[in-house]
Amino acid sequence: MKKPLALAISAAALAFTSAALADDPKEGGVVNTIIQPEPPGLVLGMVQNAPTRTVSGNIYEGLLRYSTDLEPMPQLAESWEVSDDGRTYTFHLREGVTWHDGEAFTADDVVFSADVFHRELNPSARAVLQHVESIEATDDHTVVFTLKQPFGPFLISFEAGTFTMVPEHLYAGTDFRNNEHNDHPIGTGPFKFSNWERGTVIELVKNEEYYEEGLPYLDGVNWHIIPDGASRAVAFENETIDVLPSGTVENFDIPRLAEMDNVCMTEEGHEYFSPFAMLWMNNREGPTADKRFRQAVMYAMDREFAKDVLWNGLGNVPLSAFGSNARFQNDDLEPYDYNPDRARELLDEMGYDGEEITILPLPYGETWTRWAEAVQQNLREVGINVETQATDVGGWNQRLGDWDYDLAFTYLYQYGDPALGISRTYLSDNIAKGSPWNNVEGYENERVDELFNEAATAFPDEEREALYREVQEILHEDVPVGWLMELGFPTLYRCDVKNLVTSGVGVNDGFKDAWLDR
Amino acid sequence: MVYARLILMRLFKAVIVLFLIVIFNFLLIQLAPGDPAAILAGEAGAADQEFLDQLRERFGLDQPMYVQLWHYVSGIAMLDFGYSYRLGVPVFDLIMDRLPATLLLTGTAFVLSLVLGIVAGSMAAARVKKPSGSLIMALALVFYATPLFWVALMSVVVFSVYLGWLPAYGLYTVGAGHTGLALVLDVAKHLVLPATTLALFFMAIYTRMTRTSMLDAAQQDYVKTARAKGLKPGIIQRRHVLRNALLPIITLAGLQAGQMVGGAILTETVFAWPGIGRLMFEALQQRDYNLLLGIFFFSAALVIVFNIITDLVYSLADPRIKKGAA
Repeated sequence: MKKPLALAISAAALAFTSAALADDPKEGGVVNTIIQPEPPGLVLGMVQNAPTRTVSGNIYEGLLRYSTDLEPMPQLAESWEVSDDGRTYTFHLREGVTWHDGEAFTADDVVFSADVFHRELNPSARAVLQHVESIEATDDHTVVFTLKQPFGPFLISFEAGTFTMVPEHLYAGTDFRNNEHNDHPIGTGPFKFSNWERGTVIELVKNEEYYEEGLPYLDGVNWHIIPDGASRAVAFENETIDVLPSGTVENFDIPRLAEMDNVCMTEEGHEYFSPFAMLWMNNREGPTADKRFRQAVMYAMDREFAKDVLWNGLGNVPLSAFGSNARFQNDDLEPYDYNPDRARELLDEMGYDGEEITILPLPYGETWTRWAEAVQQNLREVGINVETQATDVGGWNQRLGDWDYDLAFTYLYQYGDPALGISRTYLSDNIAKGSPWNNVEGYENERVDELFNEAATAFPDEEREALYREVQEILHEDVPVGWLMELGFPTLYRCDVKNLVTSGVGVNDGFKDAWLDR
Repeated sequence: MVYARLILMRLFKAVIVLFLIVIFNFLLIQLAPGDPAAILAGEAGAADQEFLDQLRERFGLDQPMYVQLWHYVSGIAMLDFGYSYRLGVPVFDLIMDRLPATLLLTGTAFVLSLVLGIVAGSMAAARVKKPSGSLIMALALVFYATPLFWVALMSVVVFSVYLGWLPAYGLYTVGAGHTGLALVLDVAKHLVLPATTLALFFMAIYTRMTRTSMLDAAQQDYVKTARAKGLKPGIIQRRHVLRNALLPIITLAGLQAGQMVGGAILTETVFAWPGIGRLMFEALQQRDYNLLLGIFFFSAALVIVFNIITDLVYSLADPRIKKGAA
C-alpha cells in the first residue's frame, strides 16, 4: 500500500502550482515581528514553550510539515511509506542537507533525536515514542520506525516543534541541558540564529546554504520583545512591526488594527494546535460532581455571545469534546444551545440548594477575565451562586494541580488527532495531582478509557472512527468538562508581507516562504 | 577619620540587615502558590510527571526547605547567586546585563525630577499667592495624582502615534545598526518618554516639598535678620532659605535613589525598556525564585548604600548634624 506516498507527491504538486500562481517573489528585506512572552531558551525539544516553537520553528525542522488541512508535506523527509499492517514507517530523507555549522544531516541525526534526545527531554514526543519499538537508520538517508502496534496519529507527530531534529554531532554524549551550544541553536532550517539581546530582540538571518532552491526570500526576521500588550499594538500601529503573530495583542485591539490601511488578517495557521477552550468542572465534589449540574452549566452559557463579543466573532463553538480540527468529529450530536430554561429545569431536578461555587479565570490577560465575568453572569441568571477568584499563573497552576477549584478556565492544544490532544483530558489513568494539564476534572469511565485506548491503536482509520463516535456520545452526555470554544487566534500583518502562512502552524515555520513586496 | 568610622559601623550593620533580608525574602517567597517547574510545564502546554520531576530535581525543589535555604544562604555568602530556573543563565550575569539600562533610566529620571522639582518648588515659593505660583502647584498636583501607567500610555499615544516625534518603545532602534554618536542620540531619543514619565511623579513631590519647607524656612528669624541687613531677595532665597529647606528633600531623594534598581517596573514594562524592573516582574510571575531573590538582594543592598550616602550628605548640607550621630 503506497497511498501516503502518492498523497505526499500530490501535496508537493499542489504547493508547486500555488507558488506558480502567485506573483514573482522578491528577494531581500527583513521582517519585524513580535515574540510574546520572551522564550526561556531556543533549543526546540529541550524547551517546548509556545514562544520557543514560534521563533525556533524557523531555525529547526522536523521530518514533515503540515498543510492548513493538516495533510503531511515533505520537509527533511522527501517521501515516506507505511506498511500494510500500519506498524512500519519508512522515511526517505532529503540529500544534501547540512546543519547551520556545515555538517551533513543524516539518518543518524534522526535516530539520535528521536531515540535519545526526545526520549529524555520531551514529554510530547515521549507520548508518541511509547508506541515505538525501534528506530533504525538502514542507510544514510533512510530511517525505519517500527511500532509496537499501529498508532493512528503517528504520521501527524513529526512537526518541527514536537519532533525537532537536533544535531547528533553537537549533543551526543553531552549533558543536554548544559550543552555549550544551547546559547547558539544549530538547526537545518531556512534561518540561522544570529543574536539575542535579552529583553529587546531575537535576530534570525537567512541561511544562505538552505537546501530548498531559492528559499528563503527574506534576509532575516527580527523578533521584538515588548512586554506590554498596548505597547505591542502601538508598535504595529506606527509600522515598526510588520507581523503580529496570533495572541500577541488583546482581542479588543484586533478590530481597530485590522481596519487600518494595508493591514491583512488571516485565521489560518493554527490548525495544528487549534486551541480548545474549556471549563474544568470538578467531578469529585460539590454541585459540579452531579452530571445534571454540569449539563445545566452547558445550557446556561451563551457561548455564541462570548464568541461574538470577546473573540470578535472568530473561532468556533464546538458541539462536544472533539473540535472541528481534530479528526473523527461526530456531528450527529445534539448541540448544547443557549437554553437557560433547560438549565433551570436540570438544577431543580437535582435539587441544587444554592451552594456557592467559585470560578477561576485563566490569568492570561483581559479577554479571559471578561470571559469569566460573562460566564459568571450567565450562571447567575439561572440561579447558580458563583464567585470569581483571581489568581496569577503560579496560583492558578497550584489550585488546579491540587484540585482545589469548582470551575476553572483553560485551553489545550488539539494537535490534529484525538489520541494526541483530546483523550488526555478524559482518560482515568491520566489523573494525577500536581499538574494542571492532565485529567484535572477527575472524570472516570471505564468504557471511555476502553474506547480511547482502542481507538488510538486501531487500524485503519475506519476502525478508529467508529470507536471515536461512540466515545463522543458518552462524553456528550456526561459533560466531564465544559466545551467553550475552539479559539480563533488571527495573525495580523502588513499586506505587503506575502505568503506568510503556508502551513498548519502559521508563523512557526512560515517565514521560510514569506517575501516582502516592497 | 570620623567619616571612616561612621561608614565602617554602617557597613557592619548593613551586612547583618542584608543577611536578615535574604532569609526573610526566602521564606516570603515560599508562601507564593505554585512552583517554577509547573509554570515552565504549563507554558509548554504538555508535561508528564517525569518532566516535572526532572525540573524539580534540577532546581533542587525536591529537597526540604531548610536544605534549600542553607544552599541559598551559603551560596550568597560566596557571592554565588545561582542560576535562573527559567533562563538557565547565572543570576549575577542577568542582573549585570540589565543594570546599565535601568540605571540610565532611573538615574536620568532622578536627576531630572530633583533639579526640575527644586527649581519649580523654589519658583512657587517665591510666587506665593500669585497665579504663576498657583499654576505650578496645580500642575504638580496633577502629576502627583495621575497614575504612572496612564501617563506612559498617553505620552506614547501623543508623541509616538499621533505626532510621530519619539520612538514608542525599546532602548534603541533594532536593526538600524547605529554606532558611536548615532547610537548615543538614538538611545537618548528612546530615553525621553520613559525618563520623563518616571520623573513626573517625583518631580511633583519635590516641588511640593521644596515649596513648603522654603516657606517654613522663610519665617525663621535668621531670614528676617538677613532681610534687615539688606541682602537681596535672590540671595536670601538661595543661601538662607533653600539651603535650610534642603534636609527633607535630601531624605526624599535618598528614598528615591534607593528605588533606582527595582522602582521602574511599570515604566520598563510599558516602554519595553530592558531593565531590572521588568526582569523582576517576569521572575515573580514565573516563580523564578533564584532570580527574584537575587534582584531583591541587589535592591536591598542599594537601599542600604543610599541610606549611608544620604546620612553623609545630611552632614554636608547641615554641619550642625553631628558626624557621629548615626
